[in-house]
Amino acid sequence: MSTNTSLKPVARVPLTSRLEPQQFVLYLGFAAIFLFFAVTLADDGFLTTRNLSNIVLQTAPATVMAIGLVFVLSAGEIDLSFGSIVAVSALAAAVVMQEHSLLLGVLAGLGAGVAIGWLNGMLVAYLGLPSFLVTLATMGLFAGLARSMTDLRSIPVVNEAFTGFFGSGSLLGIPSLILWTLGAVIVGHIVYRETRFGAHVVATGDNARAAQVSGIKVPRLRLTVLMLSGLCAGLAGLLYAGRLQAAKYTLGESDLMTVIAAVIVGGTALNGGKGTIVGALVGSLLMGMLNNGLILMGLSVSDQMIVRGLIILVAVAISLRDTTR
Amino acid sequence: MTDKTETSLTHGRPMLELTNIHKAFGGVVAIEDFSLTVRAGEIVALVGDNGAGKSTLIKIISGVYTPTSGSIALDGAPVQFSDASSARASGIEVVYQDLALADHQPVYMNLFLGREKTKPPFGLLDRKAMMQETQALVDELDVRIPSARATIKDLSGGQRQGIAIARATHWAKKLVLLDEPTAALGVAETAKVEKIVEALRARDLAILIISHSLDQVFRLSDRICVLRRGKQISVRETAKTDKNEIVSMITGVH
Repeated sequence: MSTNTSLKPVARVPLTSRLEPQQFVLYLGFAAIFLFFAVTLADDGFLTTRNLSNIVLQTAPATVMAIGLVFVLSAGEIDLSFGSIVAVSALAAAVVMQEHSLLLGVLAGLGAGVAIGWLNGMLVAYLGLPSFLVTLATMGLFAGLARSMTDLRSIPVVNEAFTGFFGSGSLLGIPSLILWTLGAVIVGHIVYRETRFGAHVVATGDNARAAQVSGIKVPRLRLTVLMLSGLCAGLAGLLYAGRLQAAKYTLGESDLMTVIAAVIVGGTALNGGKGTIVGALVGSLLMGMLNNGLILMGLSVSDQMIVRGLIILVAVAISLRDTTR
Repeated sequence: MTDKTETSLTHGRPMLELTNIHKAFGGVVAIEDFSLTVRAGEIVALVGDNGAGKSTLIKIISGVYTPTSGSIALDGAPVQFSDASSARASGIEVVYQDLALADHQPVYMNLFLGREKTKPPFGLLDRKAMMQETQALVDELDVRIPSARATIKDLSGGQRQGIAIARATHWAKKLVLLDEPTAALGVAETAKVEKIVEALRARDLAILIISHSLDQVFRLSDRICVLRRGKQISVRETAKTDKNEIVSMITGVH
């Protein structure tokens, strides 16, 4: 008997399995909103190269945070503290660079992120505390620390190599923030999709007991994803500090909702087992585009918040409809 | 009152040998003085009422619990498991009652869960090889699924059970433990799964199966081992006993 499926009762395996319905809705929604702004804001400069590239530049930190969050959510955990990590990391880098080299500043920024992620992870993985509560607590704790470590002051970043590398610089005409975004997305995607670690993350979020009995070290994995989220938030902090040439406790403060929405709208399941890095990038760009469009439409800040909240609600409802278990 | 008959020599070499296994949790004795040999190519059924100690015994064999006293030998060599991973490394696989499958992942990723294949030079996942190996295995065991790429949650209960058994078979070098393999299945699916279990004999593995269905036990097993309240009541050749006798041994009512 020759091998293969031809003899089996052939059930339907959709050819579109690479692009699930939910992903399709995401791209459709993205295109629709883009068209809407392109038409209504045609005279307000929405479609200019400058504005469009601005959207991408502004979303760079959020996209990097979103990548970390995809791993955390996929593993069945959550991180609410990444916004506070952004502030602490940016401040740590800025403070260290006042006295020391760029390298030490970068290490301090990333190190702070990883260290807070480690703290989150240890409490979750080895004390068995729910990640929601742990990171809710550390979110407040480190937001407070960010405020107190600089007396609410903003710390300037004058190191030009740093601001070029993480902010305003470019390579071969491509702005460094776009390079960071692309680099993070590509590395994130490969790690998520093509490595054993990525497979273990998804399996753990899907069925932690199955992962455990299959020999996957679940506690260590939980620790790792929360450290990874800390690392991503740390990098996001550096990107903010580079672009704004300053660090302040407010950095990352307002990113929590945007980033979670970007990730969920992008197609990552809130309760684990399923995620996509590329979707998170698209989701993040969608959020950035919304922000940008609403500002160009001349909405007041409070109106922007209301409209954005409503749109996120609708988007999340649509994207969750297919995945509800 | 206990007659432990160890006859059947029709099968291969002894794969699993339990000798005087005793397990107590604090002062509570869960298993007392249990001895059993399972040979290669042999299916032994473990029966007993709820709380008789079947699960405890499975956990001892699969390395989750350490016996208080007694010894375990695998393929002739004495073994001591510190945890489930070490039992697995020694060639023991368990098909759990809840199947331990990741429902939103494809069949092939479940088959290789925790043991994914990678390819050089970067050590990235070798999905193609995993799919091919999965397809070959399900074909061989006649587990009918649409494709190795199908998602577990889209499969029927019988297909899932088939995947869980196929996975255990693929990795087990010595012994497969089946915990209630058809508890959640309908008649037709049960028959299908039984055929798959039957086919495992040919792979020279020792098989220990827990089942509440005596009909199934009589259809599948070569020998039946009865447990009651932690005590080993009897080991009988299936061909030389009947349901009434087994029931009375399980319940202790004559």
